[in-house]
Amino acid sequence: MRYWLRLLSPGRRLVAARRAAGAAFVVLAAMIASPAAAVDGAALAAKRPPKLLSQTGLFADPAAQKPAAGVVPFAITTPLFSDHAQKSRFVYIPEGKAARYDDDEAFDFPVGSVLVKTFAFPADMRRPDEAVRLVETRLLIRQDEGWHAWAYLWNDEQTDAALNIAGAKVEIALAGIGETPEEPLRFTYSVPNKNQCKACHGLGGEITPLGPKARNLNGVFTYQDGPENQLVYWSKKGILAGAPAPSVAPAVPDWRDKNAPLDARARAWLDVNCAHCHRREGPASNSGLFLTYGETDAVALGIGKRPVAAGRGSGGREFDISPGDPDGSILIYRAESTEPGIMMPELGRSRHDQAAVELLRDWIANLR
Amino acid sequence: MRNSALRTLVGAVLALALPVVAFAAEIRVEPGTDANERLVEALILAEPGDTVTIAAGRYALTDGLSLDVDDVIVRGEGPDRTILSFTGQTGSGEGLLVTSNRVVLEDFAVEDTKGDGVKSKGSDQITFRNLRVEWTGGPKAENGAYGVYPVSSKNVLVDGVLVRGASDAGIYVGQSEDIVVRNSRAEYNVAGIEIENSFRADVYKNVATHNTGGILIFDLPNLPVQGGHDIRVFDNDVVDNDTPNFAPEGNIVAIVPKGMGIMVMANRNVHVFGNRLSGNATAHVLIAAYPEEYDDDAYMFVPRGVYVHGNEYGEGGGAPDGEVGKTISDVSGTPVPDIVWDGVTTIPEYFSWVAAENRVYVDEAEGTTFANLKMISQLLLPWSTAPDTDISDYKGALPEPKPVELPQDQAS
Repeated sequence: MRYWLRLLSPGRRLVAARRAAGAAFVVLAAMIASPAAAVDGAALAAKRPPKLLSQTGLFADPAAQKPAAGVVPFAITTPLFSDHAQKSRFVYIPEGKAARYDDDEAFDFPVGSVLVKTFAFPADMRRPDEAVRLVETRLLIRQDEGWHAWAYLWNDEQTDAALNIAGAKVEIALAGIGETPEEPLRFTYSVPNKNQCKACHGLGGEITPLGPKARNLNGVFTYQDGPENQLVYWSKKGILAGAPAPSVAPAVPDWRDKNAPLDARARAWLDVNCAHCHRREGPASNSGLFLTYGETDAVALGIGKRPVAAGRGSGGREFDISPGDPDGSILIYRAESTEPGIMMPELGRSRHDQAAVELLRDWIANLR
Repeated sequence: MRNSALRTLVGAVLALALPVVAFAAEIRVEPGTDANERLVEALILAEPGDTVTIAAGRYALTDGLSLDVDDVIVRGEGPDRTILSFTGQTGSGEGLLVTSNRVVLEDFAVEDTKGDGVKSKGSDQITFRNLRVEWTGGPKAENGAYGVYPVSSKNVLVDGVLVRGASDAGIYVGQSEDIVVRNSRAEYNVAGIEIENSFRADVYKNVATHNTGGILIFDLPNLPVQGGHDIRVFDNDVVDNDTPNFAPEGNIVAIVPKGMGIMVMANRNVHVFGNRLSGNATAHVLIAAYPEEYDDDAYMFVPRGVYVHGNEYGEGGGAPDGEVGKTISDVSGTPVPDIVWDGVTTIPEYFSWVAAENRVYVDEAEGTTFANLKMISQLLLPWSTAPDTDISDYKGALPEPKPVELPQDQAS
């Protein structure tokens, strides 16, 4: 008898109820989900999201990165450099809701929205679709009181990814880059811990999405049903409200597009790779160096600006950007470095982006 | 009856207190395997009210730590017992970064970070107490820039810290307001203690020794917060600052000559009094304009209202160092006087006068030496300009700012 009474203790009842509800939900979810999986809105609204990525319902097939119904893939024109990682991005907006368009900032996403980004490495950069290893999938979840950032670390079997709080180091071997492409480049890739997410995504102290801005999305994406401008596609799908025609919305060029103006390419790269911190409301506001795409103050952009807290990051150079003189510019020194305390950005890379450095050098050499 | 009323009252008080008390927990982290991960996790999962205790021991960390939860105490078991070593650091710009409010960091050491030591950004009520931040290889250009580094913060208390070896400033407070730096020791840094682009700071009872420069009160252009003002530097020992400048070029402190005691550059309403200065071979006190070219209409490049009084001066000025030392001694001769003002004013003031509240005032004991270098005239008419060494011309006073009061410092 006592045994059964214990089962009725409040704690037990709660667990039992949760289990029953959970079981019912699984059955229900399976019924709704077949043939396609469905996003588990309740699980994503919890204080802590599910332990496994598969349990979020965001993917019909997580290992194949096949999204569930209602989860839309997207790309941004000039992406952040993350140690050569390939990235797949997805957005989920609850049925019947839409993000509100903004000309300059990330769109205003409704509660329940999820932004998903998976980081992966092929064995060889020359064959980007072969032997791809998934490393981490990051979620930005819009809850009532704001955004929350989480990272899931993929298992060695590549069957699922598990929630990770403290960050992780992953050894990567990547062939097909560098001077001897046959010899794989070996480095340690960092999965960020929860606080590090905010170190880039913090805007005025609050977590904020970075990629989904009009200027980054205003380009063509090849969907299953054909190519389409992403702003148009999102509007048609009803997940974006208030977007103007692409021709009048802002757009950045692809930084690799040699046909685009040099200035726009360099500014697009700086916008995505630096301006999440280096803006007036960002974590590097105290530097006075502001690299957003729309910045018009030459000194704030670094031109003839002396460093304030660079320390050995100055590399003995006097100005952030010395027009016409890449080797006299701190910006180049820090973009080239891979040493903590010197390299910029501080987080998110252990390698440097040689092609981008060449672009920045070219840009500074042409500044007057 | 009375008893039950009391009980109700006690109950009510308990009910009010419980939400805070019930959730306050001590999270204890011990050294050993995965200590880096456990420490990172403890700081992320801490709830407001918690204390994260870092047990005595040596922690070899490979990545920076960060705290973004309000109302947390991070406490070691003594700055010589709980040691966070970053010799093997491969990521992050600092050892420990705090971005939340009402945080106390105390009783531990941070060694050999690749970038800055302990930083707070945008914190309100941040306390650094009884910490040691050190680069153990001595002064080197490869050392991180700042040791204890509150920036864009409010209500900053730095109390009883020791910083050694910073390649910029040991204790650096930037773009902050309401600041107390006291009972601390800064040695073998480029700058011992630096207050930059900040409002309302009290710097007292510190020892700044064997740095390149002891205490710097600076204001720089092109920053979101500028126009530093209301600073009191008093009762400090600023002695034997004799370490050659090892700051990487390009940084403003790279201009500081070896043997600088207290230097005031730009800023408004700075009071320097009751300090003991000796063994500073360039100059004990230098008051100067920002020397570089800049493009910023909002910036005031000359100091406005500086009052130096009641300090004790020992031997000094005998071996002026570097470009700044040479510029001074070319005009003043050697030994350089105890107190040097470059005499730079704005150009309209040069041709008219400086308002009373913007002048430099010096009121020191008999025998204290002084020079106004009159640098503008030196540049314009070098052959007919002599420095003004008559200290009595500068007698006067400025009203002293009120002591800085911090909410986290009310008990003492």
